[in-house]
Amino acid sequence: MSRDTFNVSRREFLIRGSTAGAGFALGLHLPFLSRSAIAAENGTAVAAAGAPEIGAWVVIEPDDTVVIRIARSEMGQGTLTGLAQLVAEELECDWSKVTTEYPTPGQNLARNRVWGSFSTGGSRGIRESHLYVRKGGAVARHMLIEAAAEIWNVPMAECRAENSVITHVPTGNATTYGKVAAAAAELWPPEQVVLKDPKDWKLIGQPVKRLDTLDKLNGKQVFGADLKLPGMLNAAIKACPVFGGKLKSFDDAGVRKMPGVRAVVAVDDDAVAVVADTWWQANSALAALPVVWDKGPNAELTSAAIDKMLDEGLSSDDQVYVGNANGDIHKGMQGAAKTVEAVYTYPYQNHATMEPMNATARWTRERCEVWCPTQNGEAALEATAEAAGLPVAQCDVHKIHLGGGFGRRGAFHDFVKQAVAIARRLPGTPVKLLWSREEDMAHGHYHPVTKCRLTGSLDENGELTALHVRISGQSILASVLPHALRADGADVVTFQGFLPEGDHAISYSVPNLLVEHAMRNPPVPPGFWRGVNINQNAVYMECFVDELAHAAGQDPLAFRRKLMADHPKSLAVLNAVAEKAGWGKSAGPGIHRGLAVVKTFGSYVAACAEVSVNKGALRIHRIVAATDPGYAVNPQQIEAQVEGSFVYGLSALLYGECTLEGGAVVQSNFHDYPSMLIKEMPKVEVIVMPSGGFWGGIGEPTIAVAAPAVLNGIFAATQRRIRSVPLKHVKLG
Amino acid sequence: MAKLTINGKVLEVDADGSTPLLWVLREQLGMTGTKYSCGIGLCGACTVHIDGKAVRSCVVPLAGLEPEQDIVTIEGLSAHNDHPVQQAWSELDVPQCGYCQPGMIMAAAALLKQNPAPSDADIDRHITNICRCGTYNRVRRGIHLAARLHDGPAQASDRVEESS
Repeated sequence: MSRDTFNVSRREFLIRGSTAGAGFALGLHLPFLSRSAIAAENGTAVAAAGAPEIGAWVVIEPDDTVVIRIARSEMGQGTLTGLAQLVAEELECDWSKVTTEYPTPGQNLARNRVWGSFSTGGSRGIRESHLYVRKGGAVARHMLIEAAAEIWNVPMAECRAENSVITHVPTGNATTYGKVAAAAAELWPPEQVVLKDPKDWKLIGQPVKRLDTLDKLNGKQVFGADLKLPGMLNAAIKACPVFGGKLKSFDDAGVRKMPGVRAVVAVDDDAVAVVADTWWQANSALAALPVVWDKGPNAELTSAAIDKMLDEGLSSDDQVYVGNANGDIHKGMQGAAKTVEAVYTYPYQNHATMEPMNATARWTRERCEVWCPTQNGEAALEATAEAAGLPVAQCDVHKIHLGGGFGRRGAFHDFVKQAVAIARRLPGTPVKLLWSREEDMAHGHYHPVTKCRLTGSLDENGELTALHVRISGQSILASVLPHALRADGADVVTFQGFLPEGDHAISYSVPNLLVEHAMRNPPVPPGFWRGVNINQNAVYMECFVDELAHAAGQDPLAFRRKLMADHPKSLAVLNAVAEKAGWGKSAGPGIHRGLAVVKTFGSYVAACAEVSVNKGALRIHRIVAATDPGYAVNPQQIEAQVEGSFVYGLSALLYGECTLEGGAVVQSNFHDYPSMLIKEMPKVEVIVMPSGGFWGGIGEPTIAVAAPAVLNGIFAATQRRIRSVPLKHVKLG
Repeated sequence: MAKLTINGKVLEVDADGSTPLLWVLREQLGMTGTKYSCGIGLCGACTVHIDGKAVRSCVVPLAGLEPEQDIVTIEGLSAHNDHPVQQAWSELDVPQCGYCQPGMIMAAAALLKQNPAPSDADIDRHITNICRCGTYNRVRRGIHLAARLHDGPAQASDRVEESS
């Protein structure tokens, strides 16, 4: 049912009814100017062919089709459907008539960012935009009712809207949204709208089906890798496999004669691309192309060297930042009955989206357009303009549903810049750049390496008296968004799950606490990887809390509960999984349980894993997971995200590791960077327990509890602590 | 010119014999439902049916195919998106990003053809496609539901159970 803005003809990418010219500034008091009002401001006529736009978020066609605009990107997480539910709730429209479309980032800029941020990461699609998209629906409803009231010449207050039908209550006159849409589009939007009380929601909270399923069942869904434009050529690329290395030279005499080859071009100073009629031809020619690299300063870099660098940070005073502190850990540890210390390590990991990186670009001296899967259309537009050497107003980006994002396609648009650079060499010709899987593995923006030393002290009653957490490792922000570092240079993201308050707060009250980060930045590009630093930090904290409980001779659930009195929502999800899993009762012969709980991205999540280790073989039988996201917009999609989070999180635990040799990533495809398969998938029971009053994220939080819950279960089964992942290196037997 | 029988039609293809079927489908024939992801036959995103069996088309060269071999792609699985697997997938909202799903659906359809009522162990053995979004549990439920749909129209109670 989803109507994509994507199609092969450029004209069809233009949003119908969008007539705003560049540079028009919307007043803050009127965030949703009507189409005709914008047209009037610009002295332009409303396009006759356009269906009426009722405010910025809603277009209603004469046949009552409701088109809801979605600014964020759909990459599987279901935000497209959830956001449409939010708009439709206030719009009071017929849900069966709803379709969606993406406005372009260029249109957003031209209309003074009327659709807000396009950024789709940090599990914030819904939690950050719920207010203004619901307002968008309410504004449109108001305008539609007002239009009907004017036509009937009755007071608006006597009219009601429901299911796309407007009724004049005293007379029973009725009309539909489609019939009054054109008139409504001429009205000024209301300055104020009142949003529904959550208790009156009819669509928010319902497990409605996704709007984007059907085309994903028969091959019709066009992903970026599938795009075809008239006259399009295809490009394959290889960048210097050594990070920081450059392209020295290539000898294209042989490959120029290969079938279909049109051009062999240097891209920036570090890559070479072959352009051919088909991608298969381009990639085959690239494989045959002799290339000489200047490997640069990192040619000798190895994982062992990085490991050493991080080890140094575990006990250094250099470049150490504090993320959370209370009390005095030294006092707290004095006279301890027991002190526990452990060092954990976490490797580099690649996003490995199923659809490799790609972008299609068409460049002329006047204009550059890009079609691509992106988690942030506006960032893709900036990258386009930069690479095109053109003003942003002369560029645009057409978003396509993503074949996986996981953070790879949000902050980084290296593939867009490359596509534009190639297209500049072939003015007017659309060029689709598709990375091979091998290129995708070699040039990720990796889930960064960190290590962590944790030291905890217990008194004679087994009560935790102090905890010292020292993380050592790579900062994402220092590399990617240095302006977002704290004033003292700290990367607050590295403290995810350890912070004193907020969306990523620690779930426990510790009487004396010090959490530090020694920033150590190896020359490997780090990135935001679904969940970000909570994945490493939850392994450290949740496994170590288990270690402390064991040292104290206490049950891991009981030990946690005592530290969670001031964290009732975290405690509630933990209790929920423990109860449903049957904590304290037998899980069956040879089956053992492990727990984990975190607060992250504004949501509270917990998991209880049931595992067995039989002759060295790990089996994860069942996982019970609970999520309190405040408001649950679509519970069945939340279940899907929670289930899927275990695949992503457990694949990382079991197999996820990128190692460095000679300054390059060793792993090159799914044979040496495996992903978990259906046969390894545990049964997952999901408890969605929205407590109301806040909006938490869904796409990422659960990943963090997957690994520690299983690791704690492995300890329960084997009495063995595993402090280094992935498990593929660990012999459990 | 090579001849191939795809979705019941005989089509002529002008491509080098070393070109994998995947790229013949995608670039010569414009059928992009079959996806590229690993290129080495590991992930299953490129799964098609050849003579009824699930095959990873990224490692099947054009030169290795005979004109009479019956090739079915996701585009030809059903005329109206109504193969039991597609119906079950729709009923259970199986896809997330959807990129691996054409391959997953073709693998599931081939399994059901071979074994109309696969057990969980059968599914574990035969479904080896990678899904990074993590749709596995709905895939499993979808295969079981498709097996029942294949037997005859599902009872309303089946659907409720499967959706719960």
